[in-house]
Amino acid sequence: MSSLVLDLLLAIALLWSALRSLMAPDLFHAVILFIVFGLLMALVWVRLHALDIALAEAAIGAGLTGALLLDTVGYLRKKQRKSLS
Amino acid sequence: MKNLLNALIIIFFTVLGLVLIWVILESPPPTRIRLSEEVLAQLDASGVTHPVTAVLLNFRGYDTLLEVMVLLLALLGVLAQIGKRKQKTMPAGFRLSRPHLQVLLWLVRVLVPLMVLVAGYLLWVGGHQPGGAFQAGAVLAAAGVLLNLSGLLPSWTEPEWNLRTGLVSGLLFFLLIAAAVMMATWPGLLLQYPFALAGMSILLIETGLTLSLGLILAGLFLFLPGDAIEDEAEK
Repeated sequence: MSSLVLDLLLAIALLWSALRSLMAPDLFHAVILFIVFGLLMALVWVRLHALDIALAEAAIGAGLTGALLLDTVGYLRKKQRKSLS
Repeated sequence: MKNLLNALIIIFFTVLGLVLIWVILESPPPTRIRLSEEVLAQLDASGVTHPVTAVLLNFRGYDTLLEVMVLLLALLGVLAQIGKRKQKTMPAGFRLSRPHLQVLLWLVRVLVPLMVLVAGYLLWVGGHQPGGAFQAGAVLAAAGVLLNLSGLLPSWTEPEWNLRTGLVSGLLFFLLIAAAVMMATWPGLLLQYPFALAGMSILLIETGLTLSLGLILAGLFLFLPGDAIEDEAEK
């Protein structure tokens, strides 16, 4: 019973963070929510008994891709500031 | 009008998703496909005790070989974007002189050796528990990204011979072992490890792959122009 509640909460949190990430007007918020989505996805893989994929998802999805996207947001903001000034 | 279209699209895909979930829950379980039992039956012959590693590195080793090639191609795509940039040398005392980065520096100096240790452990434990080369390589790449973000490892410009060797060595080592196996049992099948050496060859291949994948995945981040860090250094 408790595992069903956990799975339901994970599914709802996954969908909610994905929705908010797509609808966020600020890019930085969207990237942070994407990282949150990646970590929740890693938990979902653990619940599906796919531990190798969970490790890879946590490291690559949340770590590498998140860092890349944050770098991109910083670069875009710098370009925006330069074009405005 | 646009809001109505958006609402219709959302409703359509919600209904589609619910229908898919219902179909999966209602369909009878497959009766003829028993992949997990077949893998477990052949597990002793594969040289490792973890079924996922056995499938990735032994039964479907060819797919892993091609996947490393695909990752290398992705890195080549990133390399095609950078021009011939001269590496800007950062003044050595720059990072240490800013107090709010001291915590980051201390943290990185503590974490990165631990991450290397964790990567080595994941590589070793992949034989009998979840782990393996890709996970270990991803942890190494994350260590590289952390080093770059704290300024201890400058961004990579056009790779020198040592970086190029490191990037390609995992794949070449994999191909070398595949060729050696084929030639030792001529005419052998591709990647059919001899039974007694299967575990050792898998471990060797995974070691090469870990080092190479760490460099490739770190390169996806480090080859991109570190404009923020360079501009901060110029101020």
